[in-house]
Amino acid sequence: MADTITEKPILEVRGLHAGYGQVKVLHGMDFVVNTGGVTALLGANGAGKTTTLRAISGMVRTTGDILYDGERINALSTEAIAAMRVGHVPDGRGTFMELTVEENLKLGGYTRRDDTAADLERICTYFPKLKQRFRQQAGTLSGGEQQMLAIGRALMIKPRLLLLDEPSFGLAPLIVREIFEIMRQIIISERTSILLVEQNASLALTIADMAYLLETGRIVMSGPADEIRRDESLRRSYLGY
Amino acid sequence: MEGVLHQIVSGIATGGIYASIALALVMIFLATHHINFAQGEMAMFSTYIALTLLQLGLPYWAAFLATLVFSFVMGVILQRILLEPLANAPVLASVGAFLGLLLIFNNVAGWLFSYTLKPFPSPFGVGDPMFGGMFSRHELGSTVVTMAVLLSVWAFFRFTRLGLAMRGAAYNPVSSRLVGVPVGRMLALGWGLAAGIGAIAGMMVAPVVFLDPNMMGGVLLYAFAGALLGGITSPLGAVVGGVMMGVIENLAGAYVVGTELKLTTALVIIVLVLVVKPSGLFGKALASRV
Repeated sequence: MADTITEKPILEVRGLHAGYGQVKVLHGMDFVVNTGGVTALLGANGAGKTTTLRAISGMVRTTGDILYDGERINALSTEAIAAMRVGHVPDGRGTFMELTVEENLKLGGYTRRDDTAADLERICTYFPKLKQRFRQQAGTLSGGEQQMLAIGRALMIKPRLLLLDEPSFGLAPLIVREIFEIMRQIIISERTSILLVEQNASLALTIADMAYLLETGRIVMSGPADEIRRDESLRRSYLGY
Repeated sequence: MEGVLHQIVSGIATGGIYASIALALVMIFLATHHINFAQGEMAMFSTYIALTLLQLGLPYWAAFLATLVFSFVMGVILQRILLEPLANAPVLASVGAFLGLLLIFNNVAGWLFSYTLKPFPSPFGVGDPMFGGMFSRHELGSTVVTMAVLLSVWAFFRFTRLGLAMRGAAYNPVSSRLVGVPVGRMLALGWGLAAGIGAIAGMMVAPVVFLDPNMMGGVLLYAFAGALLGGITSPLGAVVGGVMMGVIENLAGAYVVGTELKLTTALVIIVLVLVVKPSGLFGKALASRV
């Protein structure tokens, strides 16, 4: 993995401003996601973590540069960005409640022209629980299962960049641990670059290799994940654990 | 007893037509959360196009197909130029647009084709009633056509990649975009399909009621009642409800209120469903943040 990190970054964000109407949320952010790496974006509620991911996926108006694989994607539509194999596990999980688990996953592979059956099978090996509920309406799944489904759906796009918006949100600690365990496996075997947004910093730092700290729309700190993890004063003042 | 049976059988035939329009209404409702009040008038207009093509000498099924294509394109264009800009508009703006469409189609049809009743041919011929007088040829033929349409629409949504994407776009547009589904295009496609289904219903009902610009007024009411009865959020419910409305209409007309007051049964059903069980037989209760 060490040598892949020296490649050019899969995502480079420069001077990113974004917001909703009159409300500005991001005030000039700079960060990169290394190819094959896991980058964590940490920060409190309302810091702009979700907005950053929405900006990358073209869901909010932006200024500045978002370079994906060297190409500026600011002006592209959300569906066009997805078609460039950017997987997005949205805030609130974005489950298609009325569709079955199988249909949710198949819809995840909508942009692909090749056969997705093998991927469907492989993704289900990460999430045996989904396999058991394959033909069930996704709306009947528990929160943890819906989170797994959201990750599985995003993997179906064969993402080169995977955006994960708070996979731990609203879940019991035991389920969170299970999901992070699965994500660890995914990171090892899928070799996709990941941008992980989390409020739960201690957990995120265990799987990330780089981390950025976000405060009210600005990056205030950045560094290798294990360095931040070891720096006690930093942890206390910024991450609160 | 035979009389009752006959009423039920012919009720199923008209019910198939209500079911088609009801399905078109539900498709649009699922995608936009609005009732397209102009669905019936669009179908009527399509039927006039079919009649024009027939008068130009096209064979029936060629005219039928050409009308479907015309209606599909009309639906797509309407969504693109009229409904798309209203996507985030308040409810009343959309209702206004739909009512406006209704009036425009009605009046343009009257202006282009006149308000006089016109006979519309049945592709199934006149001939003697079949099965001991139970079915007229047209009733049998139109039932087969509408059921085939409903079945293929179901199969399309259930088994094809495009059908799945259209359902996804209707239920959850945000997540759909995130997996790369072009939601706007799916909505336009849905409008095209709904207009096509409506056109078939129009061409099947016209031989029975004669063609005039107000032909679909009653049909739309029955179809709306059927869609509500089955549950406005359920395509299956729309079909079941539509067929039930056909039967209820016939039985009520023959034995309860008389033919003059038949249409009131539709209104009674609408009110009853909304008061007793707004989600209908198969629908889901809707909740919205205010």
